[in-house]
Amino acid sequence: MIAAAPIATPAVDLWAIAPIIALVATGVGLVLIRALLRRNQAVTPVCFSVAVVGLLVAAGLLARQWHRVRDDGPIVSLADMVRVDPFAVFLGIVIVAATLAGLLLAYAYLRREDLEAPEYFALLLLSAAGMLMMTTANDLVVVFVALEVLSIPLYVLVAFDRRRLRSQEAGLKYFVLGAFSSAVFLYGIALVYGATGTTSLSGIATFLAGNTLFEQTTLLVGLGLLLVGLGFKVAAVPFHMWTPDVYQGAPTPVTAFMAAATKAAAFAAVLRIVLTAFPQYRDDWRPILWVLAALSMLVGAVAALVQNDVKRTLAYSSIAHAGYILMGVYAASSRGREAALLYLLVYAFMAIGAFAVVMIAAPGPDDAKHSYDDYRGLAVRRPVLGGLLIFFVLAQAGVPLTSGFVGKLELFGSVAQAGETSDYVLLVIGVLSAVIAFAFYLRIAWTLVTAPDDDTAVAAAYSTRPRRVDGWTGIVLAGAAALTLVVGVLPGTFIHFARDAVFF
Amino acid sequence: MNARDILDYLGIIPLLPLAGAVILLLAGRRIGEPRAGWLATGMMALAFLGSVVALFALLSLPADGRLQVNQVFTWIPAGTFSVGMGTQADPLSVTWLLLVTGVGLCIHLYSIAYMHGDPLFSRFFAYLNLFAASMLILVVADNLLMTFLGWEGVGLCSYLLISFWYRRNDAATAGKKAFVTNRVGDVGFLLAMFLIIATYGTLEYTAMAPAAEIISAGTATAIALLLMVGAMGKSAQLPLHLWLTDAMEGPTPVSALIHAATMVTAGVFLMCRAYPFLEVSHDASVVIMWIGAITALLAGTVAVVQPDIKRALAYSTISQLGYMFLAIGVGGYEAAVFMVLCHAFYKGCLFLGAGSVIHGNGDNQDMRIMGRYRKFLPVTAFAMVIAWLAIAGIPPFAGFWAKDEILVEAYAHGDYGVWIVGTVAALLTAVYMTRLIFLTFFGNARYEAADAAPAVPVVSGGSDEGDPADADGHDGDEDPFEDHPTVVFGEPPRPSRLHGHRPHESPVLMLVPILVLAGLSAVGGLLNLPFGKLDFLHQFLEPVFEGAKGVKATTAQKLTAEGLSVLMALIGVSIALLVYRRGLRSPDRDPLVDRLRPVSTLTGNAYYWDAGVTRFVGGPGERGASWLNRVFDARIIDGAVNGTAWLFQWAGRAASRVQDGYVRRYALGILLGTVAVLGFVLLWAGR
Amino acid sequence: MTEFYRSYLAVAVLILAAIGMVGFMLGLGRLIRPVRAQEQKYIPYEAGSDPTGTFGQSNVRYYVFALLFVIFDVEAVFIFPWAVNLESLGWFGLVEMTIFVVVLTLGLVYAWRKGVLRWA
Repeated sequence: MIAAAPIATPAVDLWAIAPIIALVATGVGLVLIRALLRRNQAVTPVCFSVAVVGLLVAAGLLARQWHRVRDDGPIVSLADMVRVDPFAVFLGIVIVAATLAGLLLAYAYLRREDLEAPEYFALLLLSAAGMLMMTTANDLVVVFVALEVLSIPLYVLVAFDRRRLRSQEAGLKYFVLGAFSSAVFLYGIALVYGATGTTSLSGIATFLAGNTLFEQTTLLVGLGLLLVGLGFKVAAVPFHMWTPDVYQGAPTPVTAFMAAATKAAAFAAVLRIVLTAFPQYRDDWRPILWVLAALSMLVGAVAALVQNDVKRTLAYSSIAHAGYILMGVYAASSRGREAALLYLLVYAFMAIGAFAVVMIAAPGPDDAKHSYDDYRGLAVRRPVLGGLLIFFVLAQAGVPLTSGFVGKLELFGSVAQAGETSDYVLLVIGVLSAVIAFAFYLRIAWTLVTAPDDDTAVAAAYSTRPRRVDGWTGIVLAGAAALTLVVGVLPGTFIHFARDAVFF
Repeated sequence: MNARDILDYLGIIPLLPLAGAVILLLAGRRIGEPRAGWLATGMMALAFLGSVVALFALLSLPADGRLQVNQVFTWIPAGTFSVGMGTQADPLSVTWLLLVTGVGLCIHLYSIAYMHGDPLFSRFFAYLNLFAASMLILVVADNLLMTFLGWEGVGLCSYLLISFWYRRNDAATAGKKAFVTNRVGDVGFLLAMFLIIATYGTLEYTAMAPAAEIISAGTATAIALLLMVGAMGKSAQLPLHLWLTDAMEGPTPVSALIHAATMVTAGVFLMCRAYPFLEVSHDASVVIMWIGAITALLAGTVAVVQPDIKRALAYSTISQLGYMFLAIGVGGYEAAVFMVLCHAFYKGCLFLGAGSVIHGNGDNQDMRIMGRYRKFLPVTAFAMVIAWLAIAGIPPFAGFWAKDEILVEAYAHGDYGVWIVGTVAALLTAVYMTRLIFLTFFGNARYEAADAAPAVPVVSGGSDEGDPADADGHDGDEDPFEDHPTVVFGEPPRPSRLHGHRPHESPVLMLVPILVLAGLSAVGGLLNLPFGKLDFLHQFLEPVFEGAKGVKATTAQKLTAEGLSVLMALIGVSIALLVYRRGLRSPDRDPLVDRLRPVSTLTGNAYYWDAGVTRFVGGPGERGASWLNRVFDARIIDGAVNGTAWLFQWAGRAASRVQDGYVRRYALGILLGTVAVLGFVLLWAGR
Repeated sequence: MTEFYRSYLAVAVLILAAIGMVGFMLGLGRLIRPVRAQEQKYIPYEAGSDPTGTFGQSNVRYYVFALLFVIFDVEAVFIFPWAVNLESLGWFGLVEMTIFVVVLTLGLVYAWRKGVLRWA
């Protein structure tokens, strides 16, 4: 009999991980409810209510945490692996809001497409839990676990519309490439651990600050691989190629959720890793981010120009937006962090709003018809819906009096602040990309307001009975539009909110 | 809750009409007539109540502490520079609040009857409420940018309201003209704001006085003059006045509310807020003073010969506004504010009265075919006579006190040039107003002569709402003037549109506001009597203009200036009486116009300024623009743009060719990216 | 070559040894076994049905079984070291493990109720 060596259990501050627990418990609870009420008609409404309540509880906990960590400093717990700071809570709030949108949008959608609702709700909440974990992670291993916890439900969600081939294909592609990128990321963790002897982000920083590495290659390769792995999740060029197919193929509520929440979570990891663990190596990772940002902005905007599908165009636009946000990371300053956070917030709502309209407006039964011809004259046929889509795409384009304008202004400002030649070059690329992007956003807007010119091809669009906007979708649309407008007109409060959230 | 707490809630006042506007824009059609009108009027009544509360709260504070700024939130934080959304309660803003809500309330009430039956009834009230909200934002703002927000808001509303009957070509054009002319002024406003930000970095009003002390006189002059350019646009001063007369195409309550009582005084408000710069810069004051004086004189000469009742009033408004700027130029800010108030009373009354006359005689605006209307519109006539005496400067009506204070200030200030111009303008005022009143209400009745060839009788005395849809309704009734209500100078008298009916008095709902405003025009002088401690308004406003170097006029100076101006007023009235006592012998012969030819041709056409601008814009301006369009725009700009577009299209196609849908290709992309990143770190990084 | 990389030499040796071992065994078998070709011996499953035509290479249902198996396999990996140290972990450890097991069981219950375990 071997004498058991005592294991030191770390102190657990349940309060710190309470929002995550709330989401996981709700998700698991949904599975149980589903198992118990298998054939009961009430199962969908019950599960929906439980999911909404769970999310609201998580949101409430986050709100409590916000005040506490802003005033009393961050909560560090679980052997320094979890760090709840204003940064984490801010993004947590964005993620929970996006999850709520993904949930509300899905209610009518799932019924309409005849899909299993409870499983959808459970997977969504579990993925959101992974995202929250990602925002608070202070250890590369936790980042990896969070990455997997958020990704695996997403693979299923993307392929959730089993009967539609596109959805299946998208799920499979996302899975294969996601697994590939996870492996790359994991390899990066291993190399960084090899070089520094720790996986803790603050531990790495301390080690690098206290020791001069005799041989840096291992560390730098590790860092490069970490960036590749996360670059895949944020859909930065050249790791973006899954994005158009997956965004287009996935059920539209899932696309909205991915565009808003996954981006926020992945950027949380990017910001935390490069700024907490590798501040000494900023001269090494900044050029990589420069290239990623520049390529994402250009390729995203240019490729979006020639698409014939609204949903796919929006996917490319999300690539370009990833590029804009990367500029804020590249700036590597508290101003840049603030701008990136603000942009993640505003982009979440612009994207959710746009995809919500797309979800309702597409003609035909199975969420497949999103070509420009299908959308032609939408704003004439349904002024409110079409007007909202125009509003959201103009916001994404960065038209003044919308949140997109404020967000872009802050991002460009943060890059300009650094003031070196390369910064200005990136700034010019960013502005160029915004100008190119205007072209396709205006093309969407133009499509919506022009009447169809080819009767036969589009007669179907008129003949099908317009889909009505259900209450939950209405709430999401109204909320997203209100926020987009309010941030655009009165940005002060939100800039302060983001400014409070830059602290790690 | 003490007075300061109450004043912190000043921001609620603009929100009330704003809420009304939003409700009416969203659900106006469902609310319908007349409830939409009552809703809007109710909102204005609440806002008026709020303003009264604010007045009492302010009065309960000690005289030198009547300033309460409430920063509600930061609007635009941008580094060290930030702009807030806040309210500033002081005697100036509260005075304007009372003016806007009080007069606005009267005009809302009037509009319920005037706009009766218009198909866009609820939208009209939505616009009116939106206008009031913008004007109130402009007034309660604690910084220039927020004022600018309201400034643009009223500009937008005036555009919407002038071209409210948008199917009339003239109305649509007039709206556009007003908007464009105002934009010219806005450039000045914007440049002034940029200059302020560049020199001392904050747009708040409370920072103006300390800032004016430290900046150079040249900068102060530049800021003051740029702000004046903005004010010239909004307050229709020379040479940006030309939109105001065309703006008479809008419904008459709009002319009263926007183009006489409130919006045009926004420029005066702005200059009052910017007084510290004027105090520093003598040059700017002189320029402003002369712009005001010349505007007052020239607009007066134009008003004397106009045949159209509304156009005459419009030129009169321009002239009266000239007085206000004259007062500001000579440092008599309180006098300017006093004039704003009195002018709002009597000009509001006159416009509403004119509306009542137009309403009562088949949409006719041509004074040459009116006459003796006191028989048919006794109440309107009574009210307008009071307003006439007020504007002509006959004591003890309001206009006398206001105008005389300005002239006394100018005289005491030693600016004899502008004083003489002002006094002559006072004479002209008396002439054109007497002419207007006598042509309309007294003398011989000429509508019957003009009605000589009666057309098919129309039921209900003509379509007095001037409603375009209605006009489309009876196409058989050939009336070439239906779409052109405005009578321009030199046009032959129009046939009457009464079709054998008699002019009729307006409903009570329209008469009440007219009478209220007439009453105020009669007693408005009590606000600020130049005797001892009776100058309430002066005392009330004095703390706002702290440090203004006003001149205290001696009794002798007062008597000289006042006596002379009363004399001028009496002479003016007498001249007009002599000419127009018996009305017109024939509608196509106006004795004053005939006797003063060719001067009257010149002034009647407003010195051809408008026509000249139009010709320039339409001639060389348009040719230049079309050249730019043809050569520069089409070839170079479009060429570059299309070329760029083509380039990016091509690049986009290339990019999507890579995106062929095969996972292996995507994985290869990720792999190549990884290799590139690793290549970078291995070869370059860490060096 | 640094000390750091030298320590990986053992890994390389192990990999080579593994490959060599497999090659050796298979090669040896090839050398010593008798080879009598029969058609029956060249089908994938000598004893099972022919996996061509409508039948896939394996029934998709096996996939779910494999997943369920992996879940409990992983559970076992966690439970063994936990059991060894249960004493020092105390009540806290017991509660944690109970939650873990319950969540996993829930997955099984779900699969069961969905009818995954029904054969036919």
